[in-house]
Amino acid sequence: MSEVQKIEKQAVWNILETIMDPEVPALSIIDLGIVRDVQLQVSHCGGNLEGAVTITPTYSGCPAMDVIQMNIKMALFEKGFKNIEIKMQLSPAWTTDWMSEKGKEKLKAYGIAPPNSKQHVCTPDAFQKEESIQCPHCNSYHTKLISRFGSTACKALYQCEECREPFDYFKCH
Amino acid sequence: MESGLNKNVFSKAPPLEGFREAYTICLADNALILGHRNSEWCGHGPVLEQDIAITNISLDLIGQARNFYQYAAVLTGNNTTEDSLAYLRDVPDFKNCLLVEQPKGDWASTVLRQFFFSTYQYFLYTQLKKSSDEQLAAIAEKSLKEVTYHLRWSSEWVIRLGDGTAESNARMNKAIDDFWMYTGELFVPAQYEAIAAQEGFGVDVSALKNEWADKVKNIFEEATLPVQENTFMQTGGKEGKHTEHLGFILAEMQFMQRAYPNSEW
Repeated sequence: MSEVQKIEKQAVWNILETIMDPEVPALSIIDLGIVRDVQLQVSHCGGNLEGAVTITPTYSGCPAMDVIQMNIKMALFEKGFKNIEIKMQLSPAWTTDWMSEKGKEKLKAYGIAPPNSKQHVCTPDAFQKEESIQCPHCNSYHTKLISRFGSTACKALYQCEECREPFDYFKCH
Repeated sequence: MESGLNKNVFSKAPPLEGFREAYTICLADNALILGHRNSEWCGHGPVLEQDIAITNISLDLIGQARNFYQYAAVLTGNNTTEDSLAYLRDVPDFKNCLLVEQPKGDWASTVLRQFFFSTYQYFLYTQLKKSSDEQLAAIAEKSLKEVTYHLRWSSEWVIRLGDGTAESNARMNKAIDDFWMYTGELFVPAQYEAIAAQEGFGVDVSALKNEWADKVKNIFEEATLPVQENTFMQTGGKEGKHTEHLGFILAEMQFMQRAYPNSEW
């Protein structure tokens, strides 16, 4: 890869860092861990840079994915990357373990409890012991599950038994 | 056939698509129709949290359907799109099983049907992850994580209602009477499923039956509900022979595209 392509590739990553998840605007799509790859090459005709950004959906039916794809194209277009294709990759399936540590801190500051690590991932067994989730407001672990499904596919609803505040938990997936 | 009127639902016309397309469309149709059925609860759930739960499950299912339709559209070619597959096919073209098209009924019925189908999908996708077809394997891998949540949620509701009050138990028993006869079809392969399994890109559904029955038996025992045996099983949906209910779903779902062709959001 030429020096120019290397620099430009970093530029693309920097632009992607500015694109926020429309459902959870505290997180960039890099924090969320959905950008899997950036490929750039010099086009055969014209010598311009062209390429592809590969992303993976969080949930199959997440309506934010369409908006994110459009926002990526728009942001790159504005900065002069005109021929960028968005590729959707399903495997390996996205996991909250790909969320950055910085992203988890931003989530908590935003009032959403960040995901626990993957060993707590759900199995189909009924009435299993619930994960212990820390309240993002008062840091108490004395919290209870209200509903395993919340305001978006990626969240569950909890309530803190100490400060009584209800809160969203970005469930591990 | 010449006239649309003569297009008999029971005709034995060979499928127009290839087997891989038919197999993929069957997976998509099951997810779309159940997703659409569950979405009827939106704004009508028994409590807000469960309204959100069932509509989130709908969203997952419709997302899975989109992934399968998009792949089927690529396989089919000829300007086929996910939308033309969902909105421009008629009842005999749909390959969903009869279970998913049945009316949503009361909460007990919806919960029981979801439990039956999530159990099936859980074992199906676990196998489909090993498909020789990379795209089918990838969709299965992605979907399985969501189905795991659906199965856990619906198992808990079956137990809660079955082992709940006299009223909730009676409603679960009625739901079992209504739906049990549609469960056999899940494990009887249609021609394209048999070929898909043979060729290694699909799953042998008949081999899922025991795991499915064990899971149902375990949850039913905890829920103090009876497992039915030797029931007559209704089949045909996967070959396009549907109950009258599917037509009503399509009428509502396809109305916009039929009335205003090619309209866009």
